[in-house]
Amino acid sequence: MGKTRYELNKELAQMLKGGVIMDVTTPEQARIAEDAGACAVMALERIPADIRAAGGVSRMSDPAMIRGIQEAVSIPVMAKCRIGHFVEAQILEAIEIDYIDESEVLTPADDVHHIDKTKFKVPFVCGARDLGEALRRIAEGASMIRTKGEPGTGDIVQAVRHMRAMNADIRRVASLGEDELYEDAKRLQVPLDLLRYVHEHGRLPVVNFAAGGVATPADAALMMQLGAEGVFVGSGIFKSGDPARRAAAIVKAVTNYTDARMIAELSSGLGEAMVGINENEIALLMAERGK
Amino acid sequence: MNVGILALQGAFAEHGAVLDRLGAAHFEIRQRRDLKRPMDALILPGGESTVMGKLLRELDLFDPLAEQIRKGLPVFGTCAGLILLAREVEGGDPCFGCMDISVRRNAYGRQLGSFYAREDFSGLGKVPMTFIRAPTIKSVGPGARALASVDGQIVAARQGRMLVTAFHPELNEDTSVHEYFLGMVRK
Repeated sequence: MGKTRYELNKELAQMLKGGVIMDVTTPEQARIAEDAGACAVMALERIPADIRAAGGVSRMSDPAMIRGIQEAVSIPVMAKCRIGHFVEAQILEAIEIDYIDESEVLTPADDVHHIDKTKFKVPFVCGARDLGEALRRIAEGASMIRTKGEPGTGDIVQAVRHMRAMNADIRRVASLGEDELYEDAKRLQVPLDLLRYVHEHGRLPVVNFAAGGVATPADAALMMQLGAEGVFVGSGIFKSGDPARRAAAIVKAVTNYTDARMIAELSSGLGEAMVGINENEIALLMAERGK
Repeated sequence: MNVGILALQGAFAEHGAVLDRLGAAHFEIRQRRDLKRPMDALILPGGESTVMGKLLRELDLFDPLAEQIRKGLPVFGTCAGLILLAREVEGGDPCFGCMDISVRRNAYGRQLGSFYAREDFSGLGKVPMTFIRAPTIKSVGPGARALASVDGQIVAARQGRMLVTAFHPELNEDTSVHEYFLGMVRK
């Protein structure tokens, strides 16, 4: 009797709950994030806003750069690989990354298949816009889910849409009769056992974070009040006027996400937020990648 | 009995679920005003000790909690909670620093080093132990005593009414370690 690697990986996500995971591109940013109270950092060469601006093919970061960040901080370090690029994932496992994000932020390497994440010892987090996507990723071996949102925009609308869609799906599945689950599994294209779990527990079988477009303490608290168990902040911090202060404010807003008076204090005099772009101003919808 | 659970970050809800099963009342501590409630014991959960240490100070929770622990409030720290209580933290600063133990953070390395074991816990027999990027206790000073070891590393200790585990009893079905703690509180 024991515990599977998969269970231990789901449990690491449990330890991250109530926390903020921040995108960083250098060891110095990683230290700023850790000092500001990040519960983990996401190491990547370019933050989503810059990936969006640069265009072209976006790939896994240089392992040497990721190693530099691993050495700079004591908190867990995550890194992104392209959807379906299992060799990038193997490389990240080889450098003992704490969590791999199979991410739509990078250019997909496979437009049909995601990585078979059950073949890996390190944990994976994947983006999802609704319950069907979430359960498909979990079936492939993801041990943590996040909303896709729309990365690099500073626009929260898509993350809200995805979290609400997920919650609505979960409530609906919970209300189904047991004999109705078979048809629903077929319709959602998900395994029956995972759908049963959602039906019985009224929640995903793994931790669910918000991501994609969080730029302010209020955005972070909004996602927490909508049911997120923690928040990823990408471009929102290091594209803002005062990253250290904004990062610390977002961390506190996630801990005390229902205390409007405290969030008012935290939001005061934070300097410029990232400029942001609206979803109808952008040519590339990253959330459309990897269904 | 009412148990306060530090709920700044991490797996605090899991401790609440265990206490529910044991019929012990509990409440979350997220800010100073939460300390107005009467508290018979405190749980410091797993999560990131750097995050909790920082938020304890910035949310003005550090002084009142340190004071209560010093006055004998029973406290149970798991994983990150253990680090918060230790007098000495290798390569880092102690937080409450009230327990006579020296700890090594991330002693088993990164997530690939996380593991599960069933080992003896003093007076409880074999207990399931889940280690997630866990610390170990390098040494136990004269004031404290070791309660469990895995592969020669100390993973649980007690000093007076302070209890710490490097593993996560809140992640398993077995409630014996929490019962042990509630027993300490009742004495």
